[in-house]
Amino acid sequence: METEQYFFSGILLFLIGAATALIPSRKIKTTAYLFPFLGALSFLIFGLYLSFRAPVQFASIPVSSVFQFSFRGDALSGFFVIVISLLTLAVSIYSIGFTREFKYAGFMGLLYNILVLSLYAVVLSADAFTFLISWETMAISSYFLVTFERNDKSARAGLFYAMMTHIGTAFIIVLFFILYRATGRMDFEGMKAGMANLSPELKSVIFICSVIGFGTKAGIIPLHTWIPRAYRVVPSNIAALMSGLMVKMGVYGIIRICMDVVGQGPEWWGIALIAVGAVSALLGILYALIENDMKLFLAYSSVENIGIILLGVGAAMLFKSNGLYALSSIALAAALFHVVNHALFKGVLFLGAGSVINSLRTRTMEEMGGLAKTMPFTSVFFLVGSLAICALPPFNGFVSEWLTYQALLLGYQAPSVTAKIVSPLGGAALALTGAIAAAGFVKAFGISFLGMPRSTQAREAREASPTMIAGMALLAVLCLVFGVFPRAALTILQPAVFSVTGASAMLIHQGVLVIPQTSAALSPVAMLITMIVLFLAALVFIRIVGGKRKTVYADSWDCGIPGLTPRMQYTATAFTKPLRLIYKRIYLPSRDIKVSYLIKPFFVKSIRYGGEITPFFERYVYEPVTRFVHTLASRVKLLQSGSLQLYLGYILLTLIVLLIFGT
Amino acid sequence: MDYFQFLIIIFFSPLVNGVIKKLKANMQGRKGPGVLQPYYDLLRLFKKDMVVSKVTSWVFKATPYIVFVSTIAAAAIVPVITVRSGYGVMGDVIALIYIFALARFFMALAGLDAGTGFGGEGSSREMTVAILVEPMMMLALFTAAISAGSTNITGILSAQNVVYSPSHLLALAAFIVAIIAETGRVPVDNPDTHLELTMIHEGMILEYSGKYLALMEWAHYIKQMVLFTLAVDIFFPAGIARDFAASGLLLSLVVYGAKMLGMAILMAAVESTRAKVRFFRLPSILGGAFVLAFLSLVTHIMMGK
Repeated sequence: METEQYFFSGILLFLIGAATALIPSRKIKTTAYLFPFLGALSFLIFGLYLSFRAPVQFASIPVSSVFQFSFRGDALSGFFVIVISLLTLAVSIYSIGFTREFKYAGFMGLLYNILVLSLYAVVLSADAFTFLISWETMAISSYFLVTFERNDKSARAGLFYAMMTHIGTAFIIVLFFILYRATGRMDFEGMKAGMANLSPELKSVIFICSVIGFGTKAGIIPLHTWIPRAYRVVPSNIAALMSGLMVKMGVYGIIRICMDVVGQGPEWWGIALIAVGAVSALLGILYALIENDMKLFLAYSSVENIGIILLGVGAAMLFKSNGLYALSSIALAAALFHVVNHALFKGVLFLGAGSVINSLRTRTMEEMGGLAKTMPFTSVFFLVGSLAICALPPFNGFVSEWLTYQALLLGYQAPSVTAKIVSPLGGAALALTGAIAAAGFVKAFGISFLGMPRSTQAREAREASPTMIAGMALLAVLCLVFGVFPRAALTILQPAVFSVTGASAMLIHQGVLVIPQTSAALSPVAMLITMIVLFLAALVFIRIVGGKRKTVYADSWDCGIPGLTPRMQYTATAFTKPLRLIYKRIYLPSRDIKVSYLIKPFFVKSIRYGGEITPFFERYVYEPVTRFVHTLASRVKLLQSGSLQLYLGYILLTLIVLLIFGT
Repeated sequence: MDYFQFLIIIFFSPLVNGVIKKLKANMQGRKGPGVLQPYYDLLRLFKKDMVVSKVTSWVFKATPYIVFVSTIAAAAIVPVITVRSGYGVMGDVIALIYIFALARFFMALAGLDAGTGFGGEGSSREMTVAILVEPMMMLALFTAAISAGSTNITGILSAQNVVYSPSHLLALAAFIVAIIAETGRVPVDNPDTHLELTMIHEGMILEYSGKYLALMEWAHYIKQMVLFTLAVDIFFPAGIARDFAASGLLLSLVVYGAKMLGMAILMAAVESTRAKVRFFRLPSILGGAFVLAFLSLVTHIMMGK
């Protein structure tokens, strides 16, 4: 009984938040974010209850004879509820300061509350109908947020997003339809019970539908194209929610349908998912690397991280289909750990980017620089996020990627040779991804926050407001805590792993992270303490050996010609130039140089240089499809002349045809 | 003893570098500085005042400490003369690579912090080389880890005594190339030059002076010796002490010294006989080594050894 109270009070608080957002007063706007903050706290407790106690089934609300609204929470939903709550807590605080100068702040507050509430509804849905309604609420509220800036660009991004997300939904509807036909039930528990009625072929169709349907939301390559478009225009606080949480709903869907409801399938599911994950991770980070737009960079990096998560999920499926449940639980623990980690560090990165963009009014890194001095807090938090996302110790990303490596390396225990080869190769792809991510984030942080300011706005940048700092600080601290004490996160996700794989990964032994059956061990806390002790020892050592020495501040080395200007610094484009050349088969770069002369060929007046890469998927996958649809539509258009007589003629014709063939 | 063996790496790493330099000079027909020269250099640098660029932020000042401390932490993980390191619980080979990645991340940031062209160029190239080297190193280690059934260095080291299978030979070849690239040696980088257009590592640390430079240099020596030690641990563990008997430890120390000398000779020979290649030719060299590492993994899985 007590448990349910937190659920209902959570919903109520979000609804109040949404209602207060509509009150047209300037002062009351903070309440639109204070109530969701409290609501997220309430849901956090609810999620913890779900993880550690029995599942909760709420009384269903019938809509018609077949359809009903019903909610149910189990350990898997509980874990996702906790993840949503953690990020919502931080983003809500941040949004108080961030949305202060927004034009339609009330509308934003309303959509914010509905979006978060729909996220909770998706993971707590007990049947297909409720799930689809929640899924659509999420899609529609996020659509309005994508088009929030009300200009041409956001309208186009919104249209594209709406199209993509509905193609995904179509596949999800198909898979629910198949499940309903075979089992005669709408609720997930019933479907699970009737799974024996499904033929293996049908199960594989469900798997493919869920990878396409949920994969569109998750942003796997090649279904990722909406992600950069949408994130570029959506306000940064919402981008944090979308990237940190909404795309994870795709991961939730795949785990819920393929691993929980359907249970287990043939081995190729896992192998296919590992391949999809590896491709998404690699291409995602390669596209991120060359983006100089801060938000686009982070958007592509989301695609990469979804790939890393899917590597873990794929390995979990692979092991489960071979009956290796203990190994499956390790792999799923890695994937879920990365789910919460990505929510935290991508959250802090998008919020940090939001602070910078808010202050500088520009998104390109080439116009930033030197922000470490003007925006000290934001820069520290952005650095923490960057270190965590590059999987560098002692932050949280390191632990989850370490677990993913271990899970993929354990793949050699699978019986088939394909699995033995594919899963370590997944590990190699992860290593490459990690190295490219490090280069990308050195660029993102180094060019934007270090060196000399590259523009007037950057020189006059102002630190973010206290609430914004507090929001980012919460996430940055969590990144460190989960990195140093992985036990905290593992305890939360262990019940979810157990409920899906039926085995619990005993990953903690005497306070050290261990992989059962191997002697592999990791203790981030020991690592951190050792480093701190070594640091103090180094300070003492230097003092004894070198004595007290003074420091002189002078100009950077300028080869003897004084006057280094900001324009002489390495640019973001230059930073990634070697990689653009090395991976030119993937980027297909083109350059465009226009020289205009005063007197040809000796006196050059101006040189215009433009370089771009070929957007491969847009040009070679999406454009042909769009062209085909356009041609088809213009053909069909002939039928619609607008003349009433012709339409009456159609009806007559149809009637005759029906009379002939209907009898 | 297993708690203090990392001190061997910390205090002898400048010597290893001095030996390499001396050997290189001799192979090239020069006399060269004494093998203790790196110690004198470090001492001199520690006693100097520092010049720091006005443009830099706190990242520039924190970097030498982060690089130095994380490199020592990496040194603490690897077993040197006994089969188990006292700090082995901190992490495994994967952790080791990521600790190095942490150091590299900050070094590259520091390169960008002073706002000069050289620093940016060094950072950009360093990260590019890392992208080519890190996966190859990881794959080579995967082969060793899969054949030993563990990523724990002690686990790998106890699994066999000498290189005994084709897959290990291939992995070793890839790993040697990785060491050459990671320690900034010819043909990837030139450790002896400050010629602007060719430098990678030196470019990044160009703005450093005094004790900061000493820390960066020392960390570089330590990293080099850690990688040498890791190579011999994984591929030639024969002779390492399996208990703490004094005689065994002494023997192990002698064997270890011999192995380090062997690595030093190899490095000096490679550097003296190869020419530095153009930066954009690196992908073909390192890509070739990647193929070796990949083949080693496939060979291991297909042949089972």
